Amino acid sequence: MKLLLISAFAFVFLALVAVCGAQEIRVPATVSAGVETTISTSGSGEGTLYLLGPGVASKNQISLGQEVRLRADDLKHSGEYLVVVCSDSCRSAKFQVNSVQPARVVFLVHPSRVPVGQPDAVSGVAVPFDEYGNLVVAPLTVNFRASSAKETLLQRSARTQGGVSWFRAASGKAAGPVQVDASLDALTARRVVQQVASEPCNLRIKGQRTAKGIIVETEPVKDCSGNLVSDGTIVTFSATGPGERSTIDAPIKGGVAQARIIAPEPVVVSVASGVAMGNELHIGAKP
Amino acid sequence: MKFTLGIALALATAALIFAGMFRSPAAGGAVGIAAGTPILAPRGDSPERALSILLADLQRRNWPEAFSAISKTSDVDRASLIQEWMGTNGSLRAFSNLESFDLRPMHATADDAQIRAHLRWTTPVGPIEGLKDFHLVREGDVWRVVWPKIQLPSVPAQVVPVTYLRWDLVTGGSGDEWGSHNVDAPHVRIISMNAVNSASGAVVMGEVVNEDAIPAFVNVNATLLDGNNSTIDEESSFDRIAHVLLPKQVTPYRIDFPQIDPGRVKNVHMDVRATLVPASADPVIGVMNQKMDADAQGNHVLRGELLNQSGQVVNIPHVIASFYDGSGRVIWVSDGYVDQALLPLSSEPFSVEVPRTVADKIKSFHVVVNQYSLQRS
Repeated sequence: MKLLLISAFAFVFLALVAVCGAQEIRVPATVSAGVETTISTSGSGEGTLYLLGPGVASKNQISLGQEVRLRADDLKHSGEYLVVVCSDSCRSAKFQVNSVQPARVVFLVHPSRVPVGQPDAVSGVAVPFDEYGNLVVAPLTVNFRASSAKETLLQRSARTQGGVSWFRAASGKAAGPVQVDASLDALTARRVVQQVASEPCNLRIKGQRTAKGIIVETEPVKDCSGNLVSDGTIVTFSATGPGERSTIDAPIKGGVAQARIIAPEPVVVSVASGVAMGNELHIGAKP
Repeated sequence: MKFTLGIALALATAALIFAGMFRSPAAGGAVGIAAGTPILAPRGDSPERALSILLADLQRRNWPEAFSAISKTSDVDRASLIQEWMGTNGSLRAFSNLESFDLRPMHATADDAQIRAHLRWTTPVGPIEGLKDFHLVREGDVWRVVWPKIQLPSVPAQVVPVTYLRWDLVTGGSGDEWGSHNVDAPHVRIISMNAVNSASGAVVMGEVVNEDAIPAFVNVNATLLDGNNSTIDEESSFDRIAHVLLPKQVTPYRIDFPQIDPGRVKNVHMDVRATLVPASADPVIGVMNQKMDADAQGNHVLRGELLNQSGQVVNIPHVIASFYDGSGRVIWVSDGYVDQALLPLSSEPFSVEVPRTVADKIKSFHVVVNQYSLQRS
């Protein structure tokens, strides 16, 4: 709605400018956002100044031939501004408001969880903004750093292009939180990526027949990098006997999955989790 | 002449009232508790009639009448009968009603008879059918049902140590900085899909795996498209899937499209959605002694026993099974509810039906157990 009003306003003034002759206006070529500036006009007597820009549309009475102050509050948004001065005729001029020094870095990192040892698995995008929320499009150097408790996974500088800089990196070898920083001078934005164990590797079980049935248990379930697989991961135990089969989907707790199988006959117990298969146990019949 | 019609009507009314006094309760009668008691109780003068009266009394929860129709030789007391029929521990039976029944004599002599009852239950999860065989004996001039010994599950008092594992979900507030509290949705994947024709229409089935390190709430939707890529129908897996999947867990899913002519379907668009949910890794339920078998009617079924390996009651266990052919393709997905609660460290039998058309092609199967616990719902 606001944009529509500004557009209508601009249309009316451009029409006025088109049909009228006018005074001279001198405007600065560029202005920094949030900084007061002046424009000068020629002529004498009273006139009306219209200021149109991103997020502003104002009308003020001015004295022609004197310098006119444009308030800092009216120049907070970067972009192109249009000044129209009318008395018996209208004149217009344009100037550019540029963003100022970065005051904030918006930093997006994806994904929030990643299995270890994955190439190009983590990406981050840093976008600097000034104190007025303007995108800083001037090229800047952003330093990216990703580190875990054990290792530094990434240390890289990247120039912003059109106000954006980014990185892409492989995940590390150790499960756990990875701190990812984007620094721009004194500004730092921090995100955390959780590195989780990859697929189980070398799945092994042990078990024995007890009074309550066959108790089977995995050895600590680790991935191929030696990380304990996340608790809650399902391990499927299967006991195959003569004509029957029993299965239990047991979650890993404290690195180990355990199950109880009721089978009086001799059975072969096998184990699987995800794409990993483990060893087999041959358990004799109940005595 | 003018009195003849009146007398005829009066006689007919009296005859109908008299007949109503002795009328045996019909199978498929009203559901719920029947009000009042007949002036003259019907008598079980034949095996079918005796069982029919008993089932009608049980249907109406008319316990004194029902118990009187049970043979004294039965090793059952009234409280156990009520508990068995009404269900305990928040089981599915506790929320069910016998809607109707059919009786089929299996064997009869002058003094005893065997009758198979086909029982149809209404339940919160849809209609459930079951078979139960009854043995009846003649006691004097009436027939009575010999109720089998009731073994209600009971668990001795004990302490079950459990390593508690659950996931809670902490979400950021609206005032958080953009991108600072993002947690990705779990990664799940459809690992197989098969669309087949069944007697009732088109069926889409397969399996989904949670590839992530956190639990996921999963739902699978399928859209049937015709030759012009126009949508014919859209359905979700509803309850034929284990919605909460722990890491690396696989669940079958089945989506039915009743009344859809499979010949019109040229393409199927699948959509699996996963969201973060708080979840618990317990209870662990083992599926013991799984085997393909035939039920009393000769239907193919997958039988087994569910073994609750944890210390909490599972009120309504739900079994979902995927069946594979020789090449490892999912050719059918069946499911079934167990109407008895699964008590801690105890087991309950289950069976799920398999259509005759696929029974011969089945080379292996995979069973998962979904569960509903009143404490957590």
